[in-house]
Amino acid sequence: MSDITKQSLSELIKNIKDKKLSSTEVTKAFVERSEKSKELNAYVTEDFSAAIDKAKKFDENPNLDLKLPGIPMAVKDLFCTKNVKTTAGSKILNNFTPTYESTVTQNIWNEGAILLGKLNCDEFAMGSSNETSFFGCVQNPIDKDLVPGGSSGGSSSAVAAQLTPITIGTDTGGSIRQPASFTGIVGLKPTYGSCSRYGIVAFASSLDQAGPMAQNVRDCALLHEVISSYDEKDSTSIDFKRNNYFKELTNNIKGKKIGIPKEYRVDGMPKEIEDLWKKGIDYVKDCGAEIIDISLPHTNYALPTYYIVAPAEASSNLARYDGVKYGFRADGENLIDMYEKTRSEGFGAEVQRRIMIGTYVLSSGYYDAYYLKAQKVRKLIKNDFDEAYKKVDAILTPSTPSSAFKIGEKTNDPVSMYLNDIFTVPVNLAGLPGISIPAGHDAKGYPLGLQIIGKAFDEQNLLNIAYAMEEKINFKNKITDWWIK
Amino acid sequence: MSKDKSEYLINRKDNQYEVVIGLEVHAQVTSESKLFSTSSTKFGAEPNTQVSLVDAALPGMLPVINEYCVKQAIKTGIGLKAKINKRSVFDRKNYFYADLPQGYQISQFKDPIVGEGKVILDMPDGQKEVGIERLHLEQDAGKSIHDLDPKNTFVDLNRSGVALMEIVSKPDLRSPDEVNAYVKKLRSIMRYLGTCDGNMQEGSLRADVNVSVRKKGSKEFGTRCEIKNVNSIKFMQMAIEYEANRQVDLIEDGQSIDQETRLFDTKKNETRSMRSKEDAHDYRYFPDPDLLPLEVSDDFIEKLKLEIPELPDEKKKRFIEKFKLSPYEATILVSDNETSNYFENVIKKSDVKLATNWIIGELFAALNEKNLEITQSPISAGNLSKLINLIKDGTISGKIAKTVFEHMMEGDKDPKKIVEEKGLKQESDPKALEALIDKVIDDNREKATEYKSGKVKLFGFFVGQVMKVSGGKANPQLVNEILKKKL
Repeated sequence: MSDITKQSLSELIKNIKDKKLSSTEVTKAFVERSEKSKELNAYVTEDFSAAIDKAKKFDENPNLDLKLPGIPMAVKDLFCTKNVKTTAGSKILNNFTPTYESTVTQNIWNEGAILLGKLNCDEFAMGSSNETSFFGCVQNPIDKDLVPGGSSGGSSSAVAAQLTPITIGTDTGGSIRQPASFTGIVGLKPTYGSCSRYGIVAFASSLDQAGPMAQNVRDCALLHEVISSYDEKDSTSIDFKRNNYFKELTNNIKGKKIGIPKEYRVDGMPKEIEDLWKKGIDYVKDCGAEIIDISLPHTNYALPTYYIVAPAEASSNLARYDGVKYGFRADGENLIDMYEKTRSEGFGAEVQRRIMIGTYVLSSGYYDAYYLKAQKVRKLIKNDFDEAYKKVDAILTPSTPSSAFKIGEKTNDPVSMYLNDIFTVPVNLAGLPGISIPAGHDAKGYPLGLQIIGKAFDEQNLLNIAYAMEEKINFKNKITDWWIK
Repeated sequence: MSKDKSEYLINRKDNQYEVVIGLEVHAQVTSESKLFSTSSTKFGAEPNTQVSLVDAALPGMLPVINEYCVKQAIKTGIGLKAKINKRSVFDRKNYFYADLPQGYQISQFKDPIVGEGKVILDMPDGQKEVGIERLHLEQDAGKSIHDLDPKNTFVDLNRSGVALMEIVSKPDLRSPDEVNAYVKKLRSIMRYLGTCDGNMQEGSLRADVNVSVRKKGSKEFGTRCEIKNVNSIKFMQMAIEYEANRQVDLIEDGQSIDQETRLFDTKKNETRSMRSKEDAHDYRYFPDPDLLPLEVSDDFIEKLKLEIPELPDEKKKRFIEKFKLSPYEATILVSDNETSNYFENVIKKSDVKLATNWIIGELFAALNEKNLEITQSPISAGNLSKLINLIKDGTISGKIAKTVFEHMMEGDKDPKKIVEEKGLKQESDPKALEALIDKVIDDNREKATEYKSGKVKLFGFFVGQVMKVSGGKANPQLVNEILKKKL
């Protein structure tokens, strides 16, 4: 089979289970394509030879009852992987190799998957274009010099370019859904507490959540089933009854009520996005679901709230990178000097900006006006959703206010960059699940995504709606392999 | 009750100053493992051998609360007659230091697990109540070691993450003596509860001492200085003494006191400025997003109440009422659980009055001399009980008993055996004593005649002679009776 890498995860699993393909063949195919795709800069660390060894070992005694039997997979470099360098896209962790495995990745290996390597991302997941990575920009396979979105930009690029059959990212304010939208793939941000945060380099603890990024909704459902688990090692992990998301997946969403929030019609939204949204509404209707207009009145405040809460937590979470115990250290005259030099040289500009913002909003005299107020607004935003969910089962919005932009286009305008997250951020603040599915193309032929927001713990319903819409949309990603010489 | 007798005042010319003290005691929770990790808390291990991934703050590591430590804090709160908060919140206290791996300490700022309570002190002139402001749980930091290398500082993270209870008193203390009584009482309560071993040498109990002064009679508080991390009661007292006098001198000199953090130099016996209010850290406290608010049910608290043993105040009351002890004796005997247990074991089978005197007198003196704790006493409660019974039934005199006691201190021996082996049994056979007395009178005929002619003072001489001849074993009461008859 020459086009192994073009197969979806579900097809690969079927072929391995039917013994039409070996794990070694599959792994080698993705390694080969990854080797030929270095120009995308999707990988920070390649673990290809170890992956092929593991695949061979799997084939010697294949356990085909596993959910991901011998499937190779690259993961975002924010997940700690035992004995494999984990950088979080930062110079400060450039020499860091964990002795432990994150719960989410462990769940994946337990089901038979094999690590291909670690995927590029914005530094400490802070960014919307993957341009803040210490390891350089990632190319969007859609077009040259186009950002793949961020922070899970290496992940979106790798799935869209078929360097890995599927992957996981993390989403603090849109870091799975926005890059999924920019690259024409599916990305799910689960309910807060669904996937363990243990072993994931923390950005903003109350918002961070790992989730699958896939070529289609079925694959996404399967990986979500694997990674979602209650974990005693994470105090914010929630012990609720998890579905067999893959097995229970259905495209029957007749009678479901889908809300359309008027506040998401933001000023200056491109007509293409407006049209896409309208098309989305039609698809939903086609599936037999009902459209209901709703209001989420505090939507306007979500972005400023997010840019207080997330940097506040980040400023504290990143305090441990001080050059004392592990990671990069710059020599200094004394302890304070060492701290200053280590953190000035070790962190990039965007991370430093957010540490500064976070430190400021937590400072005495400013705490009440910023952090405390932001927490109150956060509650109001959550209440908006609670109210809406009395009337609807899910909410449909665009994923992003635009398609992917060019590398360098927004680097000098952080606010314009932050505005990218305008539709995704409220979901994190409310702790809800959200999924982005590819829904069309803009005039340039770049993919555009639609977002479905669900009730807490209602990923099954969310996936079902996405699955039904996916069938109607019948999206085809336009990838030319331009980077392969 | 005369209040003035024990009042601690600093006199300068015409002015008298009162000292106002509040304590923040840091008590290490007795627990096998740390507050948010499963690492051991055992004291004295090789550096950095009791450090988990969480304690060293590796990327992606998350804290998980140790339920046992929560129980210990609640028990302590119950022991302090304090309000238990069913909902409390862990906050991050952010600051950079080499022995603080996370870059923040997890503590409780706005919503502590325990609210207001009180501690009763037994002072020489009566009881005094000291208010407890709050008790909260927090992590200890690691240890920076500066003196192993001329250029480098070494860091030992064994302590990093160990659970501490910070117990904050109200500014109710007025003298070094009250501070002494307060810390001892607090320690005693926690030892009874088994929530803190109170071992100050190992750093299990240390305190930040807040000191201010004001003119006697003033209702306003003066500006306070905080003396950080004092690790013995004696040093606390010395630091207060120095600091209060320093503040009074400044006021007398017309100067003002700066609110600041100070250090106590134990070698020079002085406090020195560490940092001023302006340089104070901005800790940027905020609720730790890795931890949910800590919620405990009424049921959880009620179950813990059932585990609370009889505490020193109640025990003291019982000892006074049931055993008719004086408040002084009771206070000493309940000061720690081991002592009161020892006492109660002794009196199971022997006289209370004698037991009290022997424990507070001879035993404490002997243990003190050998620098032993009551739990290390060479004399078991059972054997002391036997000794007391030998006195009570007249087998030995009180004087002989002291000799037997000395032998017992050399090793845990049965006093009966000592009495037998050394032939120390009291001679109480009237016939044998009569024979002895007859011989003494016979040997001292002249003195006997003088006695009969009215020199009654000589009676003591005869008693002494009889005791001497008997080798101290003659029953003194019988000797008196028989001598009176014979002479």
